[in-house]
Amino acid sequence: MIDYSEYLSFLCSALESQNKKKLILSENTSLVADIGLSSLEVMEFIEKIEDHFDISIPLNILPDVNTIGDLATKVRQLNL
Amino acid sequence: MMFDKFKPMADFQAELAERSVEPFGAITEKILSATEGVVQGRNVILAGTNNYLGLSFDPRCIKAAQDATALWGTGTTGSRLANGSFAEHQALETEIAQFYGVDNAIVFSTGYTATMGMCATLAGPGDVILLDADSHASIYTGVKLSGAEIIRFKHSDPEDLAKRLRRLGDRAHQTLIIAEGIYSMLGDVAPLQEIAAVKREYGGYLFVDEAHSMGVMGATGRGAAQAAGVEADVDFFCGTFSKSLGAIGGFCVSRHAELAAIRFCINSYIFTASSSPSVIASTREALRITAAEPELQAKLWDNCNRLYQGLKSMGLPVGPTASPVVAVAMEDRSRTIDCWKALMEAGVYVNLVIPPASPSTNFLLRNSVSAAHTSAQIDAIIAAYAGLISAGLITGTQAH
Repeated sequence: MIDYSEYLSFLCSALESQNKKKLILSENTSLVADIGLSSLEVMEFIEKIEDHFDISIPLNILPDVNTIGDLATKVRQLNL
Repeated sequence: MMFDKFKPMADFQAELAERSVEPFGAITEKILSATEGVVQGRNVILAGTNNYLGLSFDPRCIKAAQDATALWGTGTTGSRLANGSFAEHQALETEIAQFYGVDNAIVFSTGYTATMGMCATLAGPGDVILLDADSHASIYTGVKLSGAEIIRFKHSDPEDLAKRLRRLGDRAHQTLIIAEGIYSMLGDVAPLQEIAAVKREYGGYLFVDEAHSMGVMGATGRGAAQAAGVEADVDFFCGTFSKSLGAIGGFCVSRHAELAAIRFCINSYIFTASSSPSVIASTREALRITAAEPELQAKLWDNCNRLYQGLKSMGLPVGPTASPVVAVAMEDRSRTIDCWKALMEAGVYVNLVIPPASPSTNFLLRNSVSAAHTSAQIDAIIAAYAGLISAGLITGTQAH
């Protein structure tokens, strides 16, 4: 079973191409407030995660996602 | 502060005002015909109205509306569930069901409340909704209210839809798949044959919004599913009376008898006043004309092809195929606003579309075609775009 840190590591590396401000990404980095992702870019990122883990991420979870860590937790739950 | 989130919009409106441009909610001071009006003091060709069959000024529809007003009054003053179901509403429900060859129909007060209400009600907690990523705002609003698990599939991508249904396993059978016939912003037609095939393979229910394709596609004008030959695979059709039929209102039709019970569970049906009798009467007449006069659809497509080829031949970035919606995609917001203003000054009203209303980061000059446009009007629209090129606002090969 993949643990939280592995999800986090994948999400951080997958975000690098969209990390235009060259921030040091961590579980506390906000997708919108810090990285500055637009709603369209968030959805592109979500699709990248979905294809990698072969899962579908429901839109319902997104209001609860602020940071990379939030998303790692949600993806882990979906992929259990 | 509560109002802080509106500041970017307020700033944008202020920018438009400073540039003396009013593209959103531009006031039509006078309507001269189905295709001409006076907007912001200018006589313009209306190329952004969704009046696909040009029926808003059909004398038969006007007469039906006038007669109904005299007979039934100006409004129903109540909801369909209370005092607002007149014999006219019931007759339209019978006729729209017959038009689609099914037994069950619900008539709503607007297309938005039809689609939103059905999407909010059909699937619920424990169910799954798989919707096209470029779905209309009424669909997104509805599914958010549903309580179902909401998953997007890539726009018009049957393979992505199949992948997501596979991931659902047994839950695929309790999934509502949502697609549109023609997508409103770019005018592209959904691959409904392929989507229907995926549904047959995995199960689920298929919902198709024919708002922009009813009256426009299909041998008898039922829409994109009829044109694709897959109506038997569609569980629910939604649509509007405010485009091809030239009035306002919406509908859902289905072969499922359960629609009779669903009717009483839809808030946007129960808790809003029903359509005025005049609106229902003109819609009934427009529906009859749509079925009886397929030459209207043929004329529409002649005009679509004329506009599409005209813009494409100048190298403008239009969609892959001709459609009643012909959108020119732009990358720069300021330049797009300049183009919209220049088109108005040239006597052509089109829709200016900015993200997130457009399905990408592009800005759109959205043209909609009517069967009532004359060839000369279509040529005038094309000439106005040629003027944009001459003025250096866009280039013929790629918009700025």
